[in-house]
Amino acid sequence: MPASWILLSVLALTLIGYFLARQRAVASAGGDRRLLHSLPNYYGLNAALAAAVPALALLCAWMIIQPLAINSYISNDLPAEVRAVPGELSLAMADISRVADGLSEAVARGAITTEELDKLDAEASDVRSLLAGVGVALGSDVDAQSLDLARSYRAATNTGNILRNVVVLLVALAGMAIAVMITNKDFRARNFVERAILFLLVAAASVAILTTIGIVFSLIFNTVDFFSRYPADDFFFGTRWEPSFSGRGGASDLGFLPLIWGTLFISLIALIVAVPLGLMSAIYLSEYASKPVRAVAKPLLEVLAGIPTIVYGLFALLTVGPLLLDIFGRDGALGVNWMSGGTAAMTAGLVMGMMLIPFVSSLSDDIINAVPQAMRDGSYGLGATQSETLKQVILPAALPGIVGAILLAASRAIGETMIVVLGAGAAASLSMNPFDAMTTVTAKIVSQLTGDGEFNSPETLVAFALGMTLFVITLALNIFALWIVRRYREQYE
Amino acid sequence: MKDNIISEMDVTTDKIKISARDVQVYYGDNHAIKDVSVEIQDKTVTAFIGPSGCGKSTFLRCINRMNDTIDICRVEGDILIDGEDIYDSNVDPVQLRAKVGMVFQKPNPFPKSIYDNVAYGPRIHGLARNKSELDDIVERALKRAAIWNEVKDRLHAPGTGLSGGQQQRLCIARAIATEPEVLLMDEPCSALDPIATAQVEELIDELRQDYSVVIVTHSMQQAARVSQKTAFFHLGNLVEYGETDKIFTSPEDPRTESYITGRIG
Repeated sequence: MPASWILLSVLALTLIGYFLARQRAVASAGGDRRLLHSLPNYYGLNAALAAAVPALALLCAWMIIQPLAINSYISNDLPAEVRAVPGELSLAMADISRVADGLSEAVARGAITTEELDKLDAEASDVRSLLAGVGVALGSDVDAQSLDLARSYRAATNTGNILRNVVVLLVALAGMAIAVMITNKDFRARNFVERAILFLLVAAASVAILTTIGIVFSLIFNTVDFFSRYPADDFFFGTRWEPSFSGRGGASDLGFLPLIWGTLFISLIALIVAVPLGLMSAIYLSEYASKPVRAVAKPLLEVLAGIPTIVYGLFALLTVGPLLLDIFGRDGALGVNWMSGGTAAMTAGLVMGMMLIPFVSSLSDDIINAVPQAMRDGSYGLGATQSETLKQVILPAALPGIVGAILLAASRAIGETMIVVLGAGAAASLSMNPFDAMTTVTAKIVSQLTGDGEFNSPETLVAFALGMTLFVITLALNIFALWIVRRYREQYE
Repeated sequence: MKDNIISEMDVTTDKIKISARDVQVYYGDNHAIKDVSVEIQDKTVTAFIGPSGCGKSTFLRCINRMNDTIDICRVEGDILIDGEDIYDSNVDPVQLRAKVGMVFQKPNPFPKSIYDNVAYGPRIHGLARNKSELDDIVERALKRAAIWNEVKDRLHAPGTGLSGGQQQRLCIARAIATEPEVLLMDEPCSALDPIATAQVEELIDELRQDYSVVIVTHSMQQAARVSQKTAFFHLGNLVEYGETDKIFTSPEDPRTESYITGRIG
């Protein structure tokens, strides 16, 4: 019985529990719902939650833990030399589970019976072509040991699944039964449901937090792995970024400085574009624009925020780059020859700035609108003009929020990838010229991880160190932004 | 009682400062003020009383054209200050508001230091030639608003850190620092405790020496305490206007009598 059937059974029990408990509650009050402690629905909901929540939680936990348990159980039977190397072990285990899945598939399609499977001999028959016949392609022939392990893997999985189904159903049944049994007219179902909802909400909130923690840990382990293969000071203070690929051609230079320089340079250009434009449009929209203008202009501006960044990248590559080249290039309008190709820090920075305009303007607009009307009245009442009021009262009052908005935009800029990949070029350079091609941390993470490098060389693992550093920088920026917003917010009222 | 009579006599000899004729105010389709004509005298405290929503605050805000900042608001009729029509197209509302100061219901100090709050008006209107002149203006305004002694040691502390009553006196200081001729007060004590209210009322009485003060209030006791003239508004109409003593002791209109005896409102 697959997991979806179990899910359906649990849902059915949930529904049954709902109606049973509801009916029982109403019956215990002699049909007069005024005598009930809670509304009838609450008794039903209570039973439904008791049936569904523990069973589903158990199902999830089981589905996560079972493969891990079977993996460690099976891997004990692998040869010691395979188990010693983490990469080899995971590769072998992946092969085995693939063969096991293939065998299950073959049985399900009738290509082989269960009895034949038990007697299957890796030497005598071609397991690879058998599995290929049911659509599971293997990279190599299956040897006798893998076949054995795959068979026991499959057996363990099957037993586990049956056990899982039984236990989950029992839990659902027990939950429902207990909830229905304790239902009577004085049972405080409403309070129980209230608590249950609280726990559901807490669980939902913890998913995001646990994910963050998970991301951090996966970065940390790989980063530590990287630093065990590559010296940390060469990484942080190296001024050259010249990775050699596929482990050929000797040592790589994996200096962080040219990448962070490119990141900061491009982000700075983006902020120089986005902050004044975004702020001014926010001011116009919140203070000067009439209602109809605002109703049209604000959504239009926010459409910019909905454009995928890859489209901005294309815009940079096809429009802005050539345009800048026409102006600053060798035969350009200014004749200055600062720019040798369409991809440059300036190209990416300008386009990224445009992308950030709605980000800055939308946040600043909200913040400016949050300045109490009493401040404006006070200033107008003293004979100040609109722009004097703005400059001397509203902006100072909104400043902490605006700074926060700018810092959030900055962390967006630092993390931006696609615009840089397409607009800024791929050369890591420590150049001061904004019209030179540059690259950023994020773009290099992409280029180090795409391709078929294994996750055991410094050239690929460096991506995690880069990601970790970037994460720390943007985290620090975000914390700083929040701190500023909190620190100065009190002075409003 | 005798003092009171003398001050009443002073009042009657004073010239007209603000004169409104047939003022109508509309908020969209809502006719908020109907045919209000009133003459407010110089160096007098005039109180506007009436039940909530009767239009007294709206009318007050017409006097310094604060209603201009509300899109849907439309004002008809003439309001003259010193014989000059303030709704004339030649009049700059920004200049007008420097001449007609306003204090609001809720204390609204800017998120700046006490000094900068008071110096705000003089700075934007260029009233001081140098720093020491500005210092003098700030000190004078704070002294006139009877808050100097409380804040003189912390002029550069934020104005928002003061208590409610101090904040309101700071706002009064801010309003008089621009040397207005008329001071409009929109329920200046409604957010204050009785002690702070008493201080502000005392202050209003002193300000009468230099300014024409118009105060909107919900408290009839307050109107009786601080004003020499009282106008009673009801449903957008000016029902009765006259000497405060007379309004409170022998009102002519039955509606006024009902209101001050607590039967309507």
